[in-house]
Amino acid sequence: MIRAFHRWPGLLALALVTVLTLSGAALSVFPAAERLTTPQAEAGLSVAALAERIQAAYPGVEQIRRAPSGRITAYWFDQGVPGAAVIDPATGEGVASADPNQTQRWLTNLHRSLFLGDGGRIAMALGAAAMLVLSVSGAMLVARRAGGWRHWFARLRGPLAGRLHVEIARVAVFGLVLSSATALWMTASTFDLVPNGGAAAIVAPEVSGETGMPPALMPTLEDTPVAELRALNFPYPDDPTDIYKLKTDRGTGYLDQGTGALLWWADLSGWERVFETVYMLHTGQGAAALGLVLGLMALGVPALGATGVLIWLAGRRGRPRIRGNQPAGRAETVVLVGSEGGSTWGFAATLHAALTGAGQSVHVGPMSGFAPERYARAERIIVLAATYGDGDAPASARGFLDRLAALDRAPRAPLAVLGFGDRSFPDYCAFARAVAAAAQAKGWPELLALDTVDRQSPQDFARWGRALGEALGTPLELSHQPVVPKTETLTLVSRRDYGAEVQAPTAILRFALPRATLWQRLTGAGFARFEAGDLIGIVPEGGTVPRFYSLASARRDGFIEIVVRKHPGGLCSGQLTALEPGDTATGFLRRNPGFRPGRGRAPLILIGAGTGIGPLAGMVRGNARGRPIHLFFGMRHPDSDFFYRDEMPAWQAEGRLTRLVTAVSRGARPHYVQDALRGDAAQVARLIRDGARVMVCGGRDMAAGVADALAEILAPSGLSPATLKAEGRYVEDVY
Amino acid sequence: MKTLFATLALTTALTLPGLAMARPVTLTTTLNNYGGDGAYLALYVTDPSGAYVGSLWMAGGKSKYYEHLSDWYRATGGDTAQVNGITGASVGAGRTLEITLDLADALFDAGYTLHIDAAVEDMRDSPNEVAVPLTTAGAGTPVQGRRYIASFAYDM
Repeated sequence: MIRAFHRWPGLLALALVTVLTLSGAALSVFPAAERLTTPQAEAGLSVAALAERIQAAYPGVEQIRRAPSGRITAYWFDQGVPGAAVIDPATGEGVASADPNQTQRWLTNLHRSLFLGDGGRIAMALGAAAMLVLSVSGAMLVARRAGGWRHWFARLRGPLAGRLHVEIARVAVFGLVLSSATALWMTASTFDLVPNGGAAAIVAPEVSGETGMPPALMPTLEDTPVAELRALNFPYPDDPTDIYKLKTDRGTGYLDQGTGALLWWADLSGWERVFETVYMLHTGQGAAALGLVLGLMALGVPALGATGVLIWLAGRRGRPRIRGNQPAGRAETVVLVGSEGGSTWGFAATLHAALTGAGQSVHVGPMSGFAPERYARAERIIVLAATYGDGDAPASARGFLDRLAALDRAPRAPLAVLGFGDRSFPDYCAFARAVAAAAQAKGWPELLALDTVDRQSPQDFARWGRALGEALGTPLELSHQPVVPKTETLTLVSRRDYGAEVQAPTAILRFALPRATLWQRLTGAGFARFEAGDLIGIVPEGGTVPRFYSLASARRDGFIEIVVRKHPGGLCSGQLTALEPGDTATGFLRRNPGFRPGRGRAPLILIGAGTGIGPLAGMVRGNARGRPIHLFFGMRHPDSDFFYRDEMPAWQAEGRLTRLVTAVSRGARPHYVQDALRGDAAQVARLIRDGARVMVCGGRDMAAGVADALAEILAPSGLSPATLKAEGRYVEDVY
Repeated sequence: MKTLFATLALTTALTLPGLAMARPVTLTTTLNNYGGDGAYLALYVTDPSGAYVGSLWMAGGKSKYYEHLSDWYRATGGDTAQVNGITGASVGAGRTLEITLDLADALFDAGYTLHIDAAVEDMRDSPNEVAVPLTTAGAGTPVQGRRYIASFAYDM
């Protein structure tokens, strides 16, 4: 629901809001420029002294105005000719033209009314209202995504467009709320929808009838510092009924031109103060620095618009139309989808197609539409559930758990729950677990035990599909490819073999970079841009599901490198490890932005075992700036599977690698990386306390062992792998 | 130069007690190219003693800016009832405002003065921009304003 409140105003108002923010950002520069170029009055200068100086220079002076920037402008008539100038308060002489800046005037009219008068003002106010709605709904989405308002600045994961959108938004939203809310107030004030509250002047003040007192002698003007002045109007010469009119930060008053007496005074009303504060906050006039900050934040809006459209398009693409979807009441299999971004729907469509192909009648719908009383012919119910934030229900699963809890008894048709998530999050598949637990508590019969799919892994999904097929008694091959990527042909340049002696034949394979097209170079698509730790998907000959390998090189290395261990009977690893220089494989790039060393100079603790050392070695090789890196490397035997053994000494000599700690598991006293960590506990704890970032790559058991070891090491300092993960200082790439 | 027409039949404008006779008068105000946003103009009449009698026209719809028409504002206390029903849009630089209204015969050749106050955003306020005595002889004779008005004339 909040998402709809974010999406539609965003798309509709995009053009309007872009014009608003770009012009607003340009306008934000003027108050600061004015402030910097304006000669400021000396401290303590009184209006009386200023008036005297200006009157000496311009005897026909009619009005003196002071802008919030401190700029003082005088208007006069000299023998019937009107004149005006910006005044240096030290001399009373004009120093610059008082004509309005034409660029600023043009931008102002564009910004507030699109040059269209009142109709344009209303349109722009609607734009501001859209921005306010977007800011508020967006803030709620950010909080929900991060798992609560406390995690407002939590590290982000996911596709680039989505991350950029949130990165910009969570900083800019403060300025956007302020700017749009004050804009609405100002428009309301212009159209008299809110009280402006000016005190009415008295019609004809009682004057003394005398003339000729110089303003320099008037006590009220002597007591008023220039810093408080807004405007001083002089009486007409030869009109004894006329008066001095003084406007200050505190109010408005009339002064007798013969006696200098204060004839009338009205303080600023509350509403006037409200408007002036709003005006200052919106325009930056009188708060130039704030204006610049707001302008900068406004500049984020066009970027937010562009990334927002990309997210929307990706979401549309990611949610396929399901052909031949059966009504819930007629379906034998009911598939319920809990998806936030839309990717889980793609898996549901694959499942639907496969089950339909196996002769089933299948209904696919959102979990939020859970209505077991309608599933009259259902023989099984399958829930595909993603997780949002800290284990919350994703958008299309709202209310599912409440509805399940409210049932008198669980449905008879047995249930299978498949969770979708990212193992590097602490609450992996938490919502799916909650669904399975609630179902069990309700006594809902189980078709399959809870299973999970990590990072949209097609392999995980295919494995679960086979289990489902066994339960149904019909073979089921789920080959799901979320977005069919364009593969490229990669030619092997060289290979280095390891590990045969320890029954783990492994090869470091180096492929030539495929030629990037101009479009790929411009957009960074395909292999035009990649980092060590990104993934390469290899589609084996005779297979449909790609296998993913971590890249041990970055684009700037000029080659594509992976470390592949030949698994007994493995289709893809068998083909890859059989390649000879000159042979080709087909593959595509998948970014892995969650597994990056990140910017900064904080030390890195890289922990890997076996082929998991590949991406870590790539990061070391790319560490030209000499960031401290401590590499913990687990291997079977140094004479057999010590990958990159030849490069390590050079990397250390060049400062790319600070320290290498190896752990050898074959031998009289088996030693694993987690043991190496424990052996180095004091230094590891010190590094992490000082802000080091931990990256772990390798098998699942090794990663679990490392997490346990680190938990022990960090316990005395009150830290834990979980807290580090929450800060984004502990990332894993586990397979 | 484009002409802005604002024609109205204002039969009650400035009808003095016991003097029912009135004639249509066309007021033509042309602004110079002062290089700013649209000008607010207040057209009003004072009696031989200089006291405010009534308003003829207000060009500019946002009452919060009326205080910048300072003579008119001081004379009326900013009372928008004075210009109720005789308010139009502000007048752009270089443009012409033409209004036709019925003015009482008794206002002419009797010492009454027609005033125009003008104000432009971020530029000087110009009260008493124009002050012309209302005389039958002066009709059709253009006068220049102090700052914003290139020419003003009333025709009968």
